[in-house]
Formats: sequence, structure tokens, C-alpha cells
Amino acid sequence: MKSERVSLMKRLKIPEVPLRPFIQSGIAVLIGLLLGALLMVIFGYDPIIAYYWLFRGSFGSISNIMETLSFATPLMLTAVTFAIGSKAGLFNIGAEGQIYLGALGAAAVAGAITLPAGLHAAVATAFAMFLGAIWAIPAALLKIWRGVHEVISTIMFNWIASHLVTYLTIYYFAQPGQAHRTVPALPGARYPVLMEGASLTAVIFVAVAFCIGIYIYLWGTKAGYELRLVGANPDAANYAGVNSRRVILLSFIIGGLAAGLAGASQIIGRPPAWSLYATLGNVVTLGFDGIGVALIGRNHPIGGIFAAIFYGGLRHGGRFMEYNAGVYSELVRAINGLIVMALATPEIIPIIRRRLKI
Amino acid sequence: MKTLSSLKGKRALWLLAVVVIIAIVIYIIEEFGLNAVSLLESGLLSMTPLALVAVGECINEKSGVVNIGLEGMLLISSVTGVYGAELFENGFIGLLIGALTGAFIGFLFGIISVYGGADQVVAGTGINIFALGFIQYLLMAIWGFPGIHILERRLKVRPIYTPIGQLSIVTIFAIIAAGLAHIFLYKTVFGFRIRAAGENPEAVDVAGIRVDRVRIFASTLGGALCGLGGAFMSVAWFGAVVKEISAGKGFIALACVVFAGLEPLLALAAAFIFGFTEGFAFSVAVTPGVKEIIPFYFINMIPYITTLIIVTIAIGKRRFPKASGVPYRRE
Repeated sequence: MKSERVSLMKRLKIPEVPLRPFIQSGIAVLIGLLLGALLMVIFGYDPIIAYYWLFRGSFGSISNIMETLSFATPLMLTAVTFAIGSKAGLFNIGAEGQIYLGALGAAAVAGAITLPAGLHAAVATAFAMFLGAIWAIPAALLKIWRGVHEVISTIMFNWIASHLVTYLTIYYFAQPGQAHRTVPALPGARYPVLMEGASLTAVIFVAVAFCIGIYIYLWGTKAGYELRLVGANPDAANYAGVNSRRVILLSFIIGGLAAGLAGASQIIGRPPAWSLYATLGNVVTLGFDGIGVALIGRNHPIGGIFAAIFYGGLRHGGRFMEYNAGVYSELVRAINGLIVMALATPEIIPIIRRRLKI
Repeated sequence: MKTLSSLKGKRALWLLAVVVIIAIVIYIIEEFGLNAVSLLESGLLSMTPLALVAVGECINEKSGVVNIGLEGMLLISSVTGVYGAELFENGFIGLLIGALTGAFIGFLFGIISVYGGADQVVAGTGINIFALGFIQYLLMAIWGFPGIHILERRLKVRPIYTPIGQLSIVTIFAIIAAGLAHIFLYKTVFGFRIRAAGENPEAVDVAGIRVDRVRIFASTLGGALCGLGGAFMSVAWFGAVVKEISAGKGFIALACVVFAGLEPLLALAAAFIFGFTEGFAFSVAVTPGVKEIIPFYFINMIPYITTLIIVTIAIGKRRFPKASGVPYRRE
């Protein structure tokens, strides 16, 4: 049966290897959606109506697609944070904290100082990326010097960042008279809105360009090759004279830059708030969502763009699902977790096949 | 045998150091005019979920199953614990339901890591992400109110009075559980099998013992302890469940496990250090004279900073089972 499939693929000139990741991701997404439907049935909701509104809300019209892309923008970047760590053999889940710092950096520059329009946005973006990278460095150093596992250290830095940024927002950067948010970004620091009434701004081009840049870096440069070598085979990398400590530090810094940019995209690249809420409400959980997005995108920066659009669609469509089918939109995040679990279990497909005797 | 005795010596030294530090801290507390008994009480409260989770994780990591989905399991079982307490009108049944929830998730995790050949770190992260969304969905689906649910007061599991202050039964259970886990792992045949499954699964298989069943059992047991910790937080400690109830405790417990090098008794000691630091920090924070100077947000960071410091100091000397996190396949 397998040879039959291979020959079919040869006849149709479909290269088999590059296709597998898509099939695996697709099956994992299906499993996630099916289990999500099961969770709806258990609590007495109708999954068919819910999914109808979920997908109609996310991809059903031009304006909805624009919103979906707006949701996808930060996710493709936090996905890069996880993906580049993963390529270097790390499990960097620090995007969550780094995005807080990035958002604060963008809000501070965009609201507190005055610069010519355009340049202002660029400086705010750069400062956000800088802070994101700064926040990523300690975990990298702890890993390099003391061998502290990055899962523990990055989570701790996430929580510290959460309290630190809330504190700084309330005490130093709050809008006078409105302690719940920072001073809104000045018009010159904002990315132009692409369509009247939509929340998609030009920041998405920066995000996509960043992802493509990472792709070129990973597969087109010597440093990128070294990074992938360390991830794929640390011993071989060591033997080849690659400085794995430098690689670890670099992958954390690039991840921090990506997360910082994601933070900026939520402040100076997304109406109507144009500022950071003291509850961190407009950036919270984007870092964790990025893990799932990265895994659905097979830890590939370009794959991450498509996965982010898919998951951004779920986030946006979730609102419609909640309004029209009564299913709380947070279920979408649970589905993301289920997809991650399905992706972590590659042998699930052969097991199902064996059981069903396909 | 030499290594074993030196290990025991080290362990005794660690415990002695902990006792000395606590004595010094208590002395300082008395000097500051804080109440040592209430400090110990709050420290033990903070310790309890960490200890339960860490001891559970020691057991399943010994068998070769590394579960980093502890944070998510704490979240889910804290909700099901409250739900169980309200459904059966009894807080203790709530705790039991929480433990069963944890056991169920641990069982599923065991299945996918043993038979599914799962990347356990990714799968554990999946549990964490799932839980973030799922508990909010659950809170809405069950009680129709987003983000928080407060347990009826009468259903809360009350602490009991002891010579060293008010203690929760679960706290006492956690301390006993650490001791039992130690005896179970080192003095019983089944405990030996669990350790062997983590060190050398081929040998266990050759001896005619099912590696898959040993690992799934250990994962289920670890999950049950974790679930009890989650239900303890909502049913016996806070008396409510909020969407951030675990606040990184799953990962702090993971740090305890790393610090303890998978020894349940050391994990208990680590959990006590973390719990006590947290209790100490909050007590100092509300002391008049201090609370005006140090913002509350910085006090909130203390558990995480402590974790980073302790992990940074302790790491590098511990030995972990050889087959930890590696799926076992028969050839």
C-alpha cells in the first residue's frame, strides 16, 4: 500500500518529504478541532453551529480576513521566538515576558518623546526589540554558565516581567488621570492603518519581513547553519568547532528581538488602544500562543506565518462563536493546546491506522 | 556503596543547613516583631501544593516520564476540585475529585508518552496551553461567570488546630506523602521497578516486567498528587478559583524537583524553602514601615527570584535517570 502511494506521488511529481509536515500539521489540527467539538458536546453546546461561526467569523469576509491578519501579526513573531530556540535545540518559552517588555518599550518611546513622524515609529519599534532582547539575555547566560534549564528560567522571567511591567506602567508611564493604561502613542509613532475601520496596520509587513529575514538567516548564512547544526547534533557541532555558547546566546537574542517586535506591534500597530493596559490585557498570552503557532508551523519561520494566520483566524472567529453560539472563545486556546499535544505525538497516526485497520 | 553513604551525608548536611537557616530567620522575625507562628502557618500553606506536585513529579520522573504540564494540571484540578466540592456538598470530596482529575491527566500523559512516543516536553507544554484556555471555558460553562468562582464558605476544608498553629490536613498529608514516596521508591519491589524503568528499561523488560505499565502507573500516581495540590489551593487554601491561581507554581515545583535531584524528601525540603520564602516575603511586605517603601509588585516577584537563585546554585551536581524523557521501544 505504501509503495502504491509512493508511485502515485512519483507520477504526480509530488515530492514526498516536504509534504509530510503539512499532512502532519493538518491531521493534528483536525484532531484538535474534533476534541474541541467533544468538549463542546460534553457541556451541551452544538459544535457544528459553533465551528460554522468560528470559520465564518475568521475568513468569511474581507474585513474579517483583515482582522484575522491583525491577530496573526504578533503570533508569527512569538512563533519565531520559539522556533529559533527550537532550531538551536532549546525550549525557549520566554516570549511571554519579552513581549511585555517590548510593549512597554514601544509605549514609552511612542508616548513620552516627540520625534518626526515615521522616524518616531522606527525608533519605538527598535527600542521595543532592544528591550525584548535584553530580557532574553539572562536566561541565555544562566543556561550557558550554570546549565539552568531554560524552561524553568524563562517561565520565572515571564512572571517577573509581568509584575515589573505592571508596576512601571502604573507608576511611571500611565496616562495622567487614567492609571489603567499608558500614554497613547503619538500619531507620528503609529503604523498607518491599512483599511478604514480595520485594526490591521502596516506593522504586518514589518512582521512578515522579519520572518523572511529569519528564514534567510537560518538557511542562507553560515551563522544560521551553525545554529541549526547545534540544534540537530550538538556533538557534531562541537567537533566542527562551532561555539555552541555563542549560538545559544544568539538564538535567545533573536528570539527576544522577535518578541519585542511583537510587543511593539500591539502598541503602535494596533488600533484602537495605541497604548499598553496596566492589566497587560492587550499582550498577555500572545507569547504562549506563539508556542502552539510555531509547532503547527513546524518550527519554520515561513510555516509560522501561515500557522499564525490560521490561529489568528481562530482567535478572531472565536468572538463570533461566543456571540452566536454561546461557546466561550477561550475554548480556542484549549484547542491550540490539544493541537500541540497531537503534534507532540507523531506515532498517533500509525496507532489510529492500526486500530482502524486502514 | 561509597557513593550511597556520601549521598546520605550530603542529604543530612542539606537538611541541617535548612534547619539552621530557619532558626536564624525565626530569630530575625522575632526581632522585627513579626509573629513566627503565623509565618510558619503561611509558609506551610504555600509549601503544600509545591510539595505535593514536586513529590509526584519525582515519582514519574524516576520512572522515565517527564511531565512539564504540572502548571496546567494544577489549574484544571483546582477547578474540578471546587466543582466536586459543590456537587457533593463536601470539601473533602472536592479534594478527592481534584486528585482523580490529576490522576486522569497523568494517566493520559503516560499513555501518549509510552505508546505515542511523544516528545514529552512538547506534550507537557500542550497541557499547559490547553489548561489556560480550558479552565476559562470551564468556569464559563459551569458557572457562567468569567475568570473567577468563589467557593461557598461552608464547603471550604478548614484547618485543624495543632501545637504549631493551624494546619491543613492536606499539609500533613503532603509531609507524610513525601516520606511514603521515599519508602515506596527505595524500600519496595515496585519502587525498585519504577527506578529501573527510568534507568535501564531494557533490563526491566528482560526481567519480564512491563515497562509501559510501570511508567503509566508512575505517571498516574504523580498526576494524582499534582491534582490534589491543585484542589488544595482552591478548596482548602484560597476558597476560590481564579484563572491565574497557579501563578507559576507548577514550574516552581519543577525547580524543586531539579533542586532535589528527584529525591522526594529533598523535594519536600525545597518546597518548604520556597513556601517559607513566599510566606516570609508577604509577611514582611504588609509590615508597617516596609509596605510604604517597597511596592507590592516587587514582593510578588520574590518567589520567582528565589527559584532562579536556588536553581542557579543547585544545578549541575544532580544525576538524573538515564532514560528520563525517552520513550522505550521494544526491539
